[in-house]
Amino acid sequence: MTLLAVLKPGGEAATALYIVAFSLFIIGLKRGTHPTTAKQGNMVAAVGMAVAVATTLLLDGMGNWGLIIIGLGVGSAIGFVASVRVQMTEMPQMVALYNGVGGGAVALIAWSELRHGISSGVDIPLQELIPTLLAAVVGSVSFWGSNIAFAKLQDLIPTKPLAVPGQQVINVVLLVGIFAACVDLTINNGDPSQALFIGILIAAALLGNLVVLPIGGADMPVVISLLNAFTGLSAAAAGFALDNVALIVAGTIVGSSGTILTMEMATAMNRSVGNVLFAGFGGAPAATAGSTEQRPYVSITAQDAAIKLAYADTVVIVPGYGLAVAQAQHAIKEVANELEKRGITVSYAIHPVAGRMPGHMNVLLAEADVPYEQLREMEEINPEMPRTDVAVVVGANDVTNPAAKNDPDSPIAGMPIIEVDQAQQVIVIKRSMSPGFAGIDNDLFYEPNTSMLFGDAKKAAADIAAEIQNL
Amino acid sequence: MSLMTEIAILVLAAFVGFEVISKVPTTLHTPLMSQTNAIHGIVMLGGLIVLGYANDPLEYVIGTIAVTFGAINIVGGFMVTDRMLGMFSKKPKPKAQDK
Repeated sequence: MTLLAVLKPGGEAATALYIVAFSLFIIGLKRGTHPTTAKQGNMVAAVGMAVAVATTLLLDGMGNWGLIIIGLGVGSAIGFVASVRVQMTEMPQMVALYNGVGGGAVALIAWSELRHGISSGVDIPLQELIPTLLAAVVGSVSFWGSNIAFAKLQDLIPTKPLAVPGQQVINVVLLVGIFAACVDLTINNGDPSQALFIGILIAAALLGNLVVLPIGGADMPVVISLLNAFTGLSAAAAGFALDNVALIVAGTIVGSSGTILTMEMATAMNRSVGNVLFAGFGGAPAATAGSTEQRPYVSITAQDAAIKLAYADTVVIVPGYGLAVAQAQHAIKEVANELEKRGITVSYAIHPVAGRMPGHMNVLLAEADVPYEQLREMEEINPEMPRTDVAVVVGANDVTNPAAKNDPDSPIAGMPIIEVDQAQQVIVIKRSMSPGFAGIDNDLFYEPNTSMLFGDAKKAAADIAAEIQNL
Repeated sequence: MSLMTEIAILVLAAFVGFEVISKVPTTLHTPLMSQTNAIHGIVMLGGLIVLGYANDPLEYVIGTIAVTFGAINIVGGFMVTDRMLGMFSKKPKPKAQDK
């Protein structure tokens, strides 16, 4: 029952259309790298995807239309509703989730391909079998790893590094086991054991869980980006198995561009990708110095904060993930408006990984109509810190921790920070004294020129704005 | 297609990926990552092919789930990217929706 059998699989017409599709992906990505053309670039890539999907639906011999329509319909509906509903703050975990389902699809496709190979009754050619196995392993790791990343960012499981005893040994055993099983299937390519293949999928799933679980929340963006690149590569592997040029090209481009993005993110946090992963592979996270003793800090009210701000000349706002969670971007913009009315210079210092992904904070502040020119990057603003009267840290923690510079033993040692400790005065708006994402105490809070304003970022900012008006 | 042709394509595509991405302003990192994420939704093609030629019940199930996953990846990926980028292009209009 073929409805639209027009194109021969692997034929010239189908291939030509696939070439059109991946050209559009490349153009789309290129445009995606410039602020003015990015939105249009995304559309171009989406059109490319439509061409690729349409081409595939027109292939000769395609059947099971009922199921195809169900899959397309249900999947599109879920994707549509999820992306309309998601809050801008939840973007990183959304990307993790979409990435996960992509990896899951690859693993399932690989399984199905293997079953086809087995039922064909002849030896499965190695150039088909090896990519199938690769796709299965990487796809499964990516699916489960991404789900764990999602669960961590969504606070479904603790964001702190979770160490499993004997972690390193288990990982090595799993890797060796997966490799051995793949070799076995490759040797017995006349009649590969499907049970063993399922065993590989499960072992890879365990590996995905075990590799991501011990990674702390602060490193999650790097992990998601890396898994994104992995999924791309697994798609390319599936392309080899299915002899499909669109999958090979698009998957590879995602793999390589994803790798670049991952390295850029890791650099921004002064960590190497290996560093992030191997922290997860073994090396128990250094016990957070047992400083349970209470240190003195200064707590102030919104009114005090308003006075400090209103009599400053230059104010730098340092937004962090807490601002995002509290949806305080509009309220903080209101504070900035009040200050500007008084002729005070206001700018925003954006740490490269503020929020939970590079560029995440820019998206959030743009949502609140903060002018682009007021957003200053870390390298640009740090030299101006000593001349800044008041630095307001809103829901940011680790990215302002002077321990990154001063304490070589700190888990975040060497991470570039926004040097608010250099400013004349610092106001930290925060829910409590609890540690941040990296799970460590922040020395900044105990500095003599730091005042803590406890409370929900949105409410605190609204209170400050109101108090400034009353002055 | 011969294996070597496919490998040649792979190598060239890898270089294209490296070249296209270099020098991206940090602002665009998240949207761009989201866009590449949407593009690897191309795996749905594999799901469609597998399902389109499937002929036993287990494969119907596997294929349908794979297509569903792929469709979530594509539709969700592109739409979320569009939403993020929409934030940037918005012209400053007085007071969005402050409460």
